[in-house]
Amino acid sequence: MAEMVNVFLMGKRYEVPSGLTIMGAMEYAGYKLVRGCGCRNGFCGACATVYRIKGDRELKTALACQTTVQDNMYVATLPFFPLNKELYDIGKLRPDEQVMMQLYPEIYACIGCNACTKACPQELNVMQYIAYAQRGDFKKCAELSFDCVMCGICSSRCPAGISHPQVAMLARRLNGKYIAPEAQHLTKRVKEIEDGECAKALEAIMNKPVEELKELYNHREIEE
Amino acid sequence: MFTQEMLDSMKKVEAARAHNIATEPRRMTAEEKEELLKHYHPDYKEEGFTHLSMGPNAGDKVPEELCELLQGKSRVEDLELDLTKADYEADVLIIGGGGAGSSAAIEADEAGCKAMIVTKLRIGDANTMMAEGGIQAADKENDSPAQHYLDAMGGGHYANVPELLKKLVTEGPGAVQWLNRLGVEFDKAEDGTMITTHGGGTSRKRMHAAADYSGAEIMRTLRDEVLNRRIGGGDFTSAIELLLDEQGRATGAVLQNMETGEILIARAKTVIIATGGAGRLHYQGFPTSNHYGATADGLVLGYRAGAKLLYADTLQYHPTGVAYPQQIFGALVTEKVRSMGAKLINANGEAFMHPLETRDVSAASIIRECSDRGNGVDTGAGKAVWLDTPMIDQIHGEGTLEKRLPGMLRMYSKYGIDIRKTPILVYPTLHYQNGGLQITPDGQTCVENLFVAGEAVGGIHGRNRLMGNSLLDVIVFGRNAGQHASAKAKEVTLGKATLDHVQRFAKEREEKGIHTQTLSPKLLPDYTRKV
Repeated sequence: MAEMVNVFLMGKRYEVPSGLTIMGAMEYAGYKLVRGCGCRNGFCGACATVYRIKGDRELKTALACQTTVQDNMYVATLPFFPLNKELYDIGKLRPDEQVMMQLYPEIYACIGCNACTKACPQELNVMQYIAYAQRGDFKKCAELSFDCVMCGICSSRCPAGISHPQVAMLARRLNGKYIAPEAQHLTKRVKEIEDGECAKALEAIMNKPVEELKELYNHREIEE
Repeated sequence: MFTQEMLDSMKKVEAARAHNIATEPRRMTAEEKEELLKHYHPDYKEEGFTHLSMGPNAGDKVPEELCELLQGKSRVEDLELDLTKADYEADVLIIGGGGAGSSAAIEADEAGCKAMIVTKLRIGDANTMMAEGGIQAADKENDSPAQHYLDAMGGGHYANVPELLKKLVTEGPGAVQWLNRLGVEFDKAEDGTMITTHGGGTSRKRMHAAADYSGAEIMRTLRDEVLNRRIGGGDFTSAIELLLDEQGRATGAVLQNMETGEILIARAKTVIIATGGAGRLHYQGFPTSNHYGATADGLVLGYRAGAKLLYADTLQYHPTGVAYPQQIFGALVTEKVRSMGAKLINANGEAFMHPLETRDVSAASIIRECSDRGNGVDTGAGKAVWLDTPMIDQIHGEGTLEKRLPGMLRMYSKYGIDIRKTPILVYPTLHYQNGGLQITPDGQTCVENLFVAGEAVGGIHGRNRLMGNSLLDVIVFGRNAGQHASAKAKEVTLGKATLDHVQRFAKEREEKGIHTQTLSPKLLPDYTRKV
């Protein structure tokens, strides 16, 4: 029998095995989740959660699927936070400083409190990537924000009303589309395919009987 | 933390590391692989499977859990519905908001159609979001679509539908370019050359990645594009039955609000099923790497409407699921870890197989090591083998793992395990549904105006999928379905919506003596504790 701990889910006390994640504890307690549960693996940001350990003044944040319960943990889930997402046509934007000024001008109202960084369950330097976005350095903003799961906890703590994950999303798309150098070999191959240059070899292999295919497969050369 | 047995075994792994890095284990011969699969792969077991007794695939072998749902009771059977009203109207209705559904919606919108996505969780809560390792495409000088075809055909045991595989490999480079132009950030060298690696069973390095967030990077970009295009629909809205017109053509769906239970009617000229996989059905008791909503809903909807399944008896068990710690039991450890040089090591410190065999072979080999060969490490919840992650920095230099596998590093660090220094314990986890609904190359099922894309399709990958061909398939076949469904929508005049097929299905259940009360589609698994 596992050691049991007390957790307070939305203020109500439950006794649960000590090794469970917060999400596991909710299900153990009887919650059949609809909201606040997505990939269960730390990638989707559906299970943003705030908690406080009894006697501790600090309000902590976490992803419920990635955090183990502790004794006397007060848990509240935050499965939706109204982020501001501006609409744009990525094909018509240019990766310059003006973009952020037009779409997300509130980033320039950042007061440098760093609450966003402290809140990030992915431990990203959120305030710093916003600083890069302010300067129009989208490559750096993209790099620092890359592991963002868009859970929105940072924005819930921001006194300036910044929707950090959306700012970072825009920066990454600008970087991926305009700033990172083009893959010449990809462009070339797409054109070869469009021009029908790859069709003949493919047809030839498709027309082979299975026995011949097996021979080819079992003796194919594997790149080092 | 680690048990004494784990620590003792870990010492052996450390002691043998230099030797194991230097030696390349032999790849198995075709005969050895066949023998291994027959004895150890879960697909080859008799138990765990049953035969369908009704519907378009009556007589076919399927997993027991899937059979129960395919032959289950409709959620609309006891409802009084007014099908003459429509709460939503669209040209193309897309069920599912993952990689395939989003790609389809973008293409339908591009074609000038009114597209609508309904999804039972949120757009992006999907297996695409969780794909870590990468996406294949034959775009390097030494590679070709023909070579990609050969790899996938051999890996799939020559069961792949040739015309579908042809489409996959031919449109692969175009799909990667499309993503890149939407702003997906691929790992590139200074000059723009894509950094590509091997996956299990590939003969060329054609795995493109975005660190180990490849699927997440693709999915969040597609979602952003869907939002930018103001494509309507709804989160937390499930489809619980398809609507067919009087000629038996798909013409919409019955929807249900996942929170309030409200029933809504959506009418559309064409319908695309993009509902993904089935890991949450936990076939044969396996844990899964899949997202919360992977319950084969689309297969149930399609089957009841008369669409045929193909290879519904073949599943993919990803060789390296987390076996320890228990908080993340069954979670995915990306194949990219092995692409980067980490080897599979047994309890005695021996590299017992080549790390980049195909997934079915690798999974079977790990199961053999942990069962008959008795070379597994006890985790408290079963046996496991080591994946020697510290090899990566030793081979490629310090800092490599952190840069190329940040997600893995983070996932383990939350439980106090630094995978740069400590090897990890792994065991196969239910990962992918190889089979699904049968389509023609235009993405359509045998039910007119009903299209399918993504993991819900069967046949593209034969009986075993290669790493990186699923991210590719959701993009290629998602776009394809979006394009063809919108072209078709322009020719369709809406008929009268009916649920006659559901009534016929209920009657057939009756005739076949099936009295189970299991409602399907399942929508979500139930993990609440049963006292």
